[in-house]
Amino acid sequence: MQPRTSIAWVTAALAASALSLAAHSAWAADPLKVGLVLPMSGPFASYGKQIEHGARLYLQQSGGTIAGRPVELIVKDDTGVAPEISKRAAQELVVKDKVDVLGGFGLTPSAFAAAPIATEAKKPMIVMNAAASAITTKSNYVLRVSHTLPQLTAPIADWAVKNGIRKVYTLVADFGPGHDAEAQFKKTFTAGGGEIVGEVRTPVKNPDFAPFLQKIKDIKPDAVFLFVPPGEQTVAFMKGFVERDLAKAGIRIVATGDLTEEDILDAVGDNALGLITSLQYSEVHNSPENAAYTRAYYAAYPKDRPNYMSVSGFDGMQLIARTLEKTGGDVTADKFMAAARGMSWTSPRGSIAIDPDTRDITQTIYIRKVERVDGKLQNVEFDAVANVRDPGKP
Amino acid sequence: MSLATFDLTPLRRADRWHPAELAFWLLPVAAYLVFPDNLVLLTQIAITALFCLSLDLILGYAGIVSLGHAAFFGFGAYAAGLLAANGIGDPLAGLAVAALASAALGFVTSFLVLRGSDLTRLMVTLGIAMMLYEVANKLTDLTGGVDGLQGIEMTPLLGRFTFDLYGKTAYWYAVAVLFLLFWAARKLVHSPFGLSLKGIRLNVARMPAIGAPVNARLSAIYTIGAAYAGIAGALLAQTTQFVALDVLSFNRSAELMLILVLGGSGSLYGAVIGAIVFMSAHHVLSDMNPEYWQFWLGALLVVVVLFARDGVMGGLRRLSHAAGGLRKGAR
Repeated sequence: MQPRTSIAWVTAALAASALSLAAHSAWAADPLKVGLVLPMSGPFASYGKQIEHGARLYLQQSGGTIAGRPVELIVKDDTGVAPEISKRAAQELVVKDKVDVLGGFGLTPSAFAAAPIATEAKKPMIVMNAAASAITTKSNYVLRVSHTLPQLTAPIADWAVKNGIRKVYTLVADFGPGHDAEAQFKKTFTAGGGEIVGEVRTPVKNPDFAPFLQKIKDIKPDAVFLFVPPGEQTVAFMKGFVERDLAKAGIRIVATGDLTEEDILDAVGDNALGLITSLQYSEVHNSPENAAYTRAYYAAYPKDRPNYMSVSGFDGMQLIARTLEKTGGDVTADKFMAAARGMSWTSPRGSIAIDPDTRDITQTIYIRKVERVDGKLQNVEFDAVANVRDPGKP
Repeated sequence: MSLATFDLTPLRRADRWHPAELAFWLLPVAAYLVFPDNLVLLTQIAITALFCLSLDLILGYAGIVSLGHAAFFGFGAYAAGLLAANGIGDPLAGLAVAALASAALGFVTSFLVLRGSDLTRLMVTLGIAMMLYEVANKLTDLTGGVDGLQGIEMTPLLGRFTFDLYGKTAYWYAVAVLFLLFWAARKLVHSPFGLSLKGIRLNVARMPAIGAPVNARLSAIYTIGAAYAGIAGALLAQTTQFVALDVLSFNRSAELMLILVLGGSGSLYGAVIGAIVFMSAHHVLSDMNPEYWQFWLGALLVVVVLFARDGVMGGLRRLSHAAGGLRKGAR
């Protein structure tokens, strides 16, 4: 692009949006407005991308309407771990864009910051990824369609106990979900007779795993339990793990599926082969719903792979549609929440339900192993624990 | 040589309010009427402007470079946030506590900062901010760590105005605080104390010769700047009722420097205008393109630096000179 045009473009754009700020557009016939607060830039941008993909895919299949109303999806970037921006975005979606439903929330701090807005504005808030257990307790209008960390951790801790792993070193990211994962792993694993030989919390942003990995190698546990948010970090961890020959020292990895989710699996590469993790969704989950989902996904986004976040975006929109069907199109928060409590349906990941008491999700958690399927790295499910409620809730 | 032999009229004239300045302060009222749905953003612009003003005092006037000014902002935010989270939700009390806390921190660290030259100062300020960041990160029980400090509940402002969802109270509160502190800063920079700071920036070696205690002056302005930053942080904590760990982040310090340079350092209005331009551009661009807005923001900054040296204020000054020249030519 010519420099001159780009200047003109910026100026024109500034002027145009200044106008659009002032004059509120009032064209479509009363659309249903759904506002998503998501990380679209920065280190967690892929979360936003996947969730938006899933949400749009659902709308594409429903002909762009829910309960007979055209749906307007408004996406706001909160850049990842920046709660004040998330909160501002949620507030603006409510007061300026007048959305009917809030959704999205890639990481726990964003959801924590935005929850008071849901309460104050009386808007349903659908969490599509943020995974600390406590999020749904922060407002009566919050419900979750993704997962919680304790929910993923308990099954893998159980699996570890049953498969001869006795001594574990835990490594988690130092924020809400990480603390949840650490506590749950310790609880389930020691109850089964296992022993925690060490634990460490790493910074959420830009951690350097080298010193921790060296320490783990020296202590020589049977396995290391890992939870860090998927992305550059999981890739960096695996790289360090291989470079320092921890596998050769006989140390295994047990982890939540964040380590081998489809969006980063190819970046981890063959080092991921054989890794055992727990998660609610795999691209190769064997069901007609998932076959249809992955086919539609690749048709719409040939460059990306469907992962659990995209399924959460898909199910989030699906939940809105099913709930409005039940309320007859009424989106007032109290009616919406009453209808959504106890709702169950078949998702591409299997059958799922919204717990009527906690508004959190109940679903099957699968134990999977990374294998090569048709030339692609995939998480092949070989065991499952059905109807797991969030164990983090009383 | 006595002071009386100097003609002080130009200095006195600078202290007087120019009509254009009065017009400038009508902008918040206009913004309120034109963008009633964007009060949250406008509030955060006012807060950033105040924060930027505090850096301008120490960098633009006294010439102390700092890459860790967020330390005071964050310290104030946590002070006010913790106070409100523990039951003392009065906004003005929160501001006072935050100002005192940050000023104390500023005073203590000023001795470290003033020891070195520019590069050392960059490092020391950066280091102090990084230390505070890690402390807040590790004290999860107190600060909430990365998850942020929750449970802040504010009582109504002056016992009458509750903080509403549309952000009206928050907006007028932030604008009022900004205006009062701007007015105070304006008095300050035009006072003999303020002039001595300019002198220090322009020629530090000569100032002791005319009897100005350089280090005491710098220490004083650094403390005042810290208090200003602390109040800005407290405003953010109170109006968002949340304190995120990134109030202390390096990114915030660096962005602040950028905003000041964009607006024009060494001019109080430069700090305010920089905040308005930067935050508006950021908002508009990220709304248009949630994924690649940073590219356009970068482009905008480069354009400003290329075509308006000394920031927006420098550009405006040159424009008004040029206009004045034209007028003279026409006569």
